Amino acid sequence: MRKAFTDTLTGFARANKNIFLLTGDLGFSVFEGFKNEFPDRFYDVGVAEQNMIGLAAGLSMSGKRVFVYSIIPFATMRCFEQIRNDLCMQNQDVKIVGVGAGLHYGTAGSTHYAAEDISIMKSLPNMKVFSPATQQETVSVFRFMATHHGPMYVRLGKACCAQPQIKRFFMGRGVLLRNGSDISIISTGSILSNALEAGDILAGKGISVRLINIHTIKPIDKEIIMDAIMQTKAVFTLEEHSIIGGLGDSVAAIVAESGSGILFRKFGLPDAYPKVYGERNYMLKKYGLSSQDIVKSILKIWQSYKDGKTVL
Amino acid sequence: MNTYYKNIAAQIRKDIVMMHAKANSSHIGSAFSCVDLLVALYFDVIKTHSKNKKRVDEDKFILSKGHAVSALYATLAQKGVFSKNLLKRYCINGTRLPGHATRNAVKGLDVSTGSLGHGLSVGAGMALAAKHDKLKKRIFVLISDGECNEGSIWEAAMFAGHHKLDNLVVIIDYNKLQAFGRVSDVLDIEPLADKWKAFGWQVKEVDGHNIKSLTKCFNAVPFKKGRPSVVISHTIKGKGVSFMQDRLEWHYKSPNSDQLALAMKELGIK
Repeated sequence: MRKAFTDTLTGFARANKNIFLLTGDLGFSVFEGFKNEFPDRFYDVGVAEQNMIGLAAGLSMSGKRVFVYSIIPFATMRCFEQIRNDLCMQNQDVKIVGVGAGLHYGTAGSTHYAAEDISIMKSLPNMKVFSPATQQETVSVFRFMATHHGPMYVRLGKACCAQPQIKRFFMGRGVLLRNGSDISIISTGSILSNALEAGDILAGKGISVRLINIHTIKPIDKEIIMDAIMQTKAVFTLEEHSIIGGLGDSVAAIVAESGSGILFRKFGLPDAYPKVYGERNYMLKKYGLSSQDIVKSILKIWQSYKDGKTVL
Repeated sequence: MNTYYKNIAAQIRKDIVMMHAKANSSHIGSAFSCVDLLVALYFDVIKTHSKNKKRVDEDKFILSKGHAVSALYATLAQKGVFSKNLLKRYCINGTRLPGHATRNAVKGLDVSTGSLGHGLSVGAGMALAAKHDKLKKRIFVLISDGECNEGSIWEAAMFAGHHKLDNLVVIIDYNKLQAFGRVSDVLDIEPLADKWKAFGWQVKEVDGHNIKSLTKCFNAVPFKKGRPSVVISHTIKGKGVSFMQDRLEWHYKSPNSDQLALAMKELGIK
């Protein structure tokens, strides 16, 4: 996804002389192309994220469109108030690019995990929040960012290995990847690959699965979620983010307000810091987010529901 | 000439007292502290807020100590940027002029501040853009002494020094009082000039209430080519009204009717 980002951005920077790129001393072996081609529009500002956001605001107030880059906690949490006051409150043209969605930093440990970023970013007025799943989607998100005004945040993980045929990109619109009438799985970001696998397995067991990919968390696509609520019997959300404040909670609000009383469950990272660490797939498995785990959990809930038992 | 500026400053202070008394709002001491700095800047240094459309090469001013915004509102109104009638709306219910600087609240106010330590980074970004676009404009950022406690100030200072932003000017309103006591008691920032020098800045120290020397100082920037400038302005919190001067409580209090009358009397224009 990082390459999709730099390639897309470099292309747009050729056409738009107002595009700047700032990094908080990260992106080794990724930004060299941009830096060499536009040395006067690339700044490694050093390990100083608060200043980076303020600088970006000042550049934006001078007519620039600024991309800032770092690992997610440093790009969003260290400088949260700068993002709130300098960017969102004043509606500035700054795009925050965070790498390492969810558990992507694996053995690096908790400081580098990103489990709360969607929650805090989507709480800010004016902010748009993106969480692409595939290479193609990442390119589309950057194309949108490079051509539209306002503060935006994108969390990057690893491009979903299975490349589903994704139709035209519309900001704020979910993507229907599989149609079904029993259950809906609504997924965001790289973990889509697990959702796709789980969907295949569940379908093989005779369950009609609807699969929706959400690349824009804010503004959320209410319509596609309402359709899932009205047209299927259960809704599950899947994300590599805390179950607090992420996609699951955005969908939960729509479920609750719909008054449908539909069976609903969030799959995501628990409200706890890990005690042991490992590579991303190891951690996903530990948190019950591998394709097999998702299948198992959904089957259990679905079976209880069909048996008329209370599902808790 | 000096009387002319002194009268302007006195008039602005009168407006500020009225605003704070009416709105029952705090930070009047902080506002008084920087009135003379603002008069020097807006009446003799900054080429901006022309009646015509804004020009990209206009100087920029950022009030990073956003809690002193009443002083900026009053200065801009005195300058004729907008009607003084608007000052009556300061900090009352339904106002668009709140107690901390808010972008576009009035004409000529371009950056929202209020949380300390933000304005200098934004100013550095503007200075960087001006360099990039080869525009001959200066960016003035007014910060407080207590604000120098913020780590982000030093991130920005390091950046500006490294990138030789000699179109960037920091003015420190050094009144030696911060929210809870003497700066030297709360968190000492001395040796202040040496700190800025060490970050690659060119430093000048002035009497922050002598408008003539302030004007001279501001018009001399950059003090050295290739280095950002910092003006350490020695000021008195609450300057202009005897019972407010150098008194911590006027960070919080607003004048009652007796104090208002007394203050207005003391500020009488000569």
